[in-house]
Amino acid sequence: MEIEAKQHPMDKYLRADRIPHIWCPGCGLGTALNCFLYALDELKIEPDNLAIVSGIGCTGRIAGYLNVDSYHTTHGRAIPFATGLKLAKPDMKVVVFSGDGDLFAIGGNHFIHAARRNMDMTVLCVNNYNYGMTGGQLAPTTPLEARTTTSPYGNVEHPFNLCHVAAASGAVYVARWTTLHVRRLKESMKEALNKKGFSFVEILSPCPTAYGRRNRSPTGLDMMKYYQEHSVIKHGIDPSEADIEIGGDIIVGKFIDIEKPTYNEEVEKLIRKARK
Amino acid sequence: MEIKFYSGNIAAAEGAMAAGCRFFAGYPITPSSEIAEHMSRRLPQVGGVFVQMEDELASMAAILGASWGGLKAMTATSGPGFSLMQENIGLGAMTETPCVIVNVQRAGPSTGMPTLVGQGDVMQSRWGSHGDYETIVLSPSSPQECFDLAIKAFNLAEEYRVPTILLMDESTAHMYEKVVISPPEKIKIVNRKKPRVTSEKYLPFKPGRNMVPPMACAGEGYRVHVTGLTHDERGYPQTTDPEIQEKLVRRLCDKIRKNEAKIRDMELHYMEDAELALVSFGISARSSKAAVNHARKKGYKVGLIRLKTIWPFPEPYFENIADDVDKFLVVEINYGQLKYEVERNVGKGKVYHLPKFGGSVHTPEEIYSRIKEVYHGD
Repeated sequence: MEIEAKQHPMDKYLRADRIPHIWCPGCGLGTALNCFLYALDELKIEPDNLAIVSGIGCTGRIAGYLNVDSYHTTHGRAIPFATGLKLAKPDMKVVVFSGDGDLFAIGGNHFIHAARRNMDMTVLCVNNYNYGMTGGQLAPTTPLEARTTTSPYGNVEHPFNLCHVAAASGAVYVARWTTLHVRRLKESMKEALNKKGFSFVEILSPCPTAYGRRNRSPTGLDMMKYYQEHSVIKHGIDPSEADIEIGGDIIVGKFIDIEKPTYNEEVEKLIRKARK
Repeated sequence: MEIKFYSGNIAAAEGAMAAGCRFFAGYPITPSSEIAEHMSRRLPQVGGVFVQMEDELASMAAILGASWGGLKAMTATSGPGFSLMQENIGLGAMTETPCVIVNVQRAGPSTGMPTLVGQGDVMQSRWGSHGDYETIVLSPSSPQECFDLAIKAFNLAEEYRVPTILLMDESTAHMYEKVVISPPEKIKIVNRKKPRVTSEKYLPFKPGRNMVPPMACAGEGYRVHVTGLTHDERGYPQTTDPEIQEKLVRRLCDKIRKNEAKIRDMELHYMEDAELALVSFGISARSSKAAVNHARKKGYKVGLIRLKTIWPFPEPYFENIADDVDKFLVVEINYGQLKYEVERNVGKGKVYHLPKFGGSVHTPEEIYSRIKEVYHGD
C-alpha cells in the first residue's frame, strides 16, 4: 500500500524511468506539464491516440517525459513535423509543446503557416521570455529593456505578442495564462485539445535561473508574485491590445474561439473529389 | 505492361507512387517543380496527401512526420532547397526515418543557373548535414530509370531506415522518353519491418537484421520516443556518454557501409577487356556511353562504369577493377567530386577528369577527343 501511495496519479502518462527531469528549481515547466497531464486525464484522452511533438529547448524536453508517441525534433521544426504526422494519422490527437524561441524565432514561419492552413493541432507555447537552455539569451518575446546575456544594456527590440501573432495568422482558439493560473490553464488546455483546427495556448512561465535573476526576480516565487500582482483577466479582448511590457498589466484569458474548416477536413474533401 | 511517354520528373513521381508513396510535401523550385505539380494532381487520386509547405525546411520535416505516421513519404527539390533540407536529413539519419528526397540538380553554387543542368551536389548528397552518417544516393540516366530508381529508392529507404536521395539532373528530369511500366504485381515492394514483440519488450533502437531496428510508428501502441539527440536502444537521450554515441553512430554508418554490396547498382559497358574505364552517372553517362561506342568502333579498348548507386560508393569493386584497368576517366558536370572518390579507391590506377561547370552537358565528341588524349597519354 505504501508503494502505491508514492505513485503520482499522473504516472500513467509519464516515462517515470526518465524522472528526475532536467529543469531548474523555480522553473514553471513542471507546472505547465502537470496542467497538461490533468487536462489529458479529465478529457480521458487515450495515450495511444496522442502524439507529442517538440522542438529544441527546455520546453522541447517535455516530449521525452511523456509516455506516448513522442517526437523531439529539430530546432523550430516541431510544427511542420507535426503537420506530416497529423496528415498521415488524422485520427490521432497531435500536440506541439515547445518554447517561445523555438516556435516564434527559428520556427516562426512554420507557426504562421500552420495557423493560416488551420492545421488540426494544438500548440502549447511555454513563454519564459528568453532562451533558457543556452544560458539566457534574447528571445523574440523578451520585453523591451529587459536584460539577457545578449542584451546586457537592456533589450532594444520590440517583442512579439504571441497571441496577436496567432490570431492574426488564423488560429481558431487563442488563450494566454501564466503558471500561476493552474486551474484556468488546465481548463484552457482542455478547450484547446477539444477544438478542431489550430488551437494555441501561451503559457507565461518563470525562468528564474536564466531570466529572472537578471531582471530583479531571482527566484521562481518572485516571478509568481509578479504574475499575481500584474495579471488581469480579460476574456474576449482583441489580442493586439494584450502586449506584454515590464511593469505593465499581463492580460490573460481566452481571446479567440471561432469556427473554421480545418485543413484535414479540406484534404478529405479534396481526395473524395479527385477519386470521383 | 503499360508504355508511357514521360519526362524524368513525371516518371520519378509515378515511380514513387508505384512504390507506395502516399505523402508528398514540397516547395516549388526549378527544375523539379513538375514533380510537385504532378503529385498534387495524382496523389489524391490514389488516396494520398499532397501538401505544399512554406519552405524546404518544413517540407523535409513534414515527410519525416508522415513517415513516423506510417506513410511512405517523399519531397522533391533542387540545389538551393536541398541545402535547406540538410538539417532534417540529419534528423532523418539520426532517427532512422525512411523517406525519399528527389534532388533535381541544377548548376550552382547558390542560385546559380536555375533552368540548366549541373551535377555539383554529389558530395552534398553524401554528407551535407553535420556529423557522421550515411545515406543512400541513386542516380538515374533516363526517364525509365527515374521511374525504376524511384521505386528502388523507396525500397532501400524502407529496408535500411535511412533518408534515400534520388539524385537526378535537369537534363534527365526534362527529357521525355518511353517508359515501360510493369503491372503492380510485378513490381517488388519492400516495407519497413515492424516489431514482433510486445510494447513492454520492444527496444525501438535495438538493431535487427542488417543492423536495422524494426520500426513502430505513431498510434501502433508502442509509445516510442524519437529524438535527434544521441540515444540508447530505448530511444532515451544519452548526451554525455561517448560509448553510447560510438555505438549509435557506428551502427548508423555501418548499416549502410557494410551492406554496400547489397545496395550496389551499376551498369558495366564494354568493361570485359577495357584498358581505359570511363566513370560517370546521370546525363553525363549517356554522352559517355555514346563516346565509348564510337571509340570501340575506332579500336580503343574503352569501357564505361555507370554508377546508379553513387553512395555508398562501390569501393571494393574499384579496388578489384584497378588490377585490370590502368586508366580511369571521370566524366561529370562539376569541377571534381566523384573524381576524388575514384582516385581514393583505384590504388595505382591513373585517374583523369573531364569536368563541366554546369549549364550544358558533355557532347560525345568532346568525351571522345579526351578518350584519345588519355589513351595515348603517359
